Amino acid sequence: MAALERKPKSQGLSQEFTRPRRGITDFLDKNRRALSALLVFVILMLVFVIANPKVFLGTDIYEAVFASLPIRIVLVLPLVFVIVSGEIDLSFVSNMTLSLWAFAATAKAGWNPFLSALLAVSVGGFVGLINGLLVTRVGLPSLMTTLGMNFLLQGLAIGGAGTVGIPLTFLEGTPFYNTFVGRIGNLPAQMVWALVFLVVATLLFNYHKFGSHVCCVGDNPESSREMGIQTARVKTLAFVYVGMAAGIAGVLYGLIYGVFFARFKTGETMLAVLASAFIGGTPTWGGVGTMVGAFFGACTVRFIQTGVIEAGLTGFWTQFFNGLIILLALAAHKLHEPRYRY
Amino acid sequence: METKFLELKDTSKSFGKVSALDRVNFFIKGEPEIVALIGDNGAGKSTLIKIISGVHPPDSGEIHIQGEKVDHWSVAKARAVGIETVYQDRALVLQQTIARNIFMGRERTGVLGFVKGRSQLAEANRLMRTIGFTSKVFASDSVVAKLSGGERQGVAIARALYFQADLMILDEPTTALSLTESEKVFDFIRRAKESGTSCIFISHNIYHAYDVAERFVVLDRGKVVLETDRVHTTAEQLVKDMQEIARCNREGSA
Repeated sequence: MAALERKPKSQGLSQEFTRPRRGITDFLDKNRRALSALLVFVILMLVFVIANPKVFLGTDIYEAVFASLPIRIVLVLPLVFVIVSGEIDLSFVSNMTLSLWAFAATAKAGWNPFLSALLAVSVGGFVGLINGLLVTRVGLPSLMTTLGMNFLLQGLAIGGAGTVGIPLTFLEGTPFYNTFVGRIGNLPAQMVWALVFLVVATLLFNYHKFGSHVCCVGDNPESSREMGIQTARVKTLAFVYVGMAAGIAGVLYGLIYGVFFARFKTGETMLAVLASAFIGGTPTWGGVGTMVGAFFGACTVRFIQTGVIEAGLTGFWTQFFNGLIILLALAAHKLHEPRYRY
Repeated sequence: METKFLELKDTSKSFGKVSALDRVNFFIKGEPEIVALIGDNGAGKSTLIKIISGVHPPDSGEIHIQGEKVDHWSVAKARAVGIETVYQDRALVLQQTIARNIFMGRERTGVLGFVKGRSQLAEANRLMRTIGFTSKVFASDSVVAKLSGGERQGVAIARALYFQADLMILDEPTTALSLTESEKVFDFIRRAKESGTSCIFISHNIYHAYDVAERFVVLDRGKVVLETDRVHTTAEQLVKDMQEIARCNREGSA
């Protein structure tokens, strides 16, 4: 490490405390997590383009991916807040199921779908609040608390709704449907909403007091408390944020697939979203993270699923490549990002 | 007579049967000054600064701020009159920028709670300059983890300045720091004083203390046994005095 230049006493306060701007180097240094997530994604796409240029230079595959990718994006961004705050949430997918149930049941009963969606987001947020309170006020470890909550909510949905689905196809063509999952040209509207969500999350994380506090709390809770940050409140809010996002994701899922079904692939979605966060360059230990990186992480994981098949391998190889990419991405992040210890 | 910033009169404090402080008188001048608290382990240094910072209420005695007697002294009251404690663990968040560390918990916010990043950076740069932190490698948007131990202490000191501390309390600020790093910290303290902040610090190392402090208060078993200043003593004399105190102690207990 370069030594700090000590100033001769005779020199007054006039000397600047600024280093020369290095432009591009500075930019790379500050955004290295997001950029390496982007790099992983670009390399992956290049490989796919080379393997099957016909499919990957066309637009069909992107239309297909962009239809369901937004669900993952909506889930992963708030999850990064929780991870950066030093906690974890494993209950967001079953929370999504529960919220969707609330949406589907009320919409079918004749509620205005906008009102039903609001209910779904409230249900999700309420579950997040309970997670947050259990972790911060009761003092339970978030890993086990949210794992338990995952089973609890999944069980509640299956026990309550049974195995009979609620079709939501009656919403197709309504203003509500068109607003959220309609089409803008060839682009699914939900992708636009996902980008809006990305912008909001980035603003919150990088430029808002809340994001700043989340980073401080995850970095060192003791220091944060000494400096007057309400650590329990900050963490609870992060859990509520994930919960509300689960509500939104649930409604999107219902609209995109046209059905509520209590038994959908909980585990797979959960692991894919978690992988997205870490491939996206957010480390596991808290204090730092990136929204843009998580966005590309979600893209990477989602494209692996489609890409492996389109590249000519059978679907049985999807998980293998998922694992391979996770390990390679983590190794790549590790290379340029030493962990700071206290 | 000039008004003293802080004055403790006949202050005593015991923990159970252990008397930590016994009728101690202590003051900080109205003008900025640097005072070193010296003494062996268990002499009562930490108790004294904890009383000043409001962590421990004294059992008896009076606390005067700017000549006015204050009651129900507390951390909140101490902060309100401009007494800031720089914690031994420095209360920093290492993976965050210098600016974020300085403003954590008291961010400058504008519309809807968004942080005024530029204003914070500019203010952080100003504060770091004020304490004499210059660098070609680091700026206020640098991550604290990249700084050395002394520089990190500097960030904590700059933060105390931001809180417009009139009196900064440092509990062994140079523990675990190398000589050059300690020098840096003392430089920061001198700069803080130049900008109008008094400083009390605890030190085991008399030579260190002599280097930076103007006044020395030696505590021994809960009592102030020696008060002197740079004009009236030398580092060597101070060491001799300390040895004398230690000798008296041994004979006293023998």
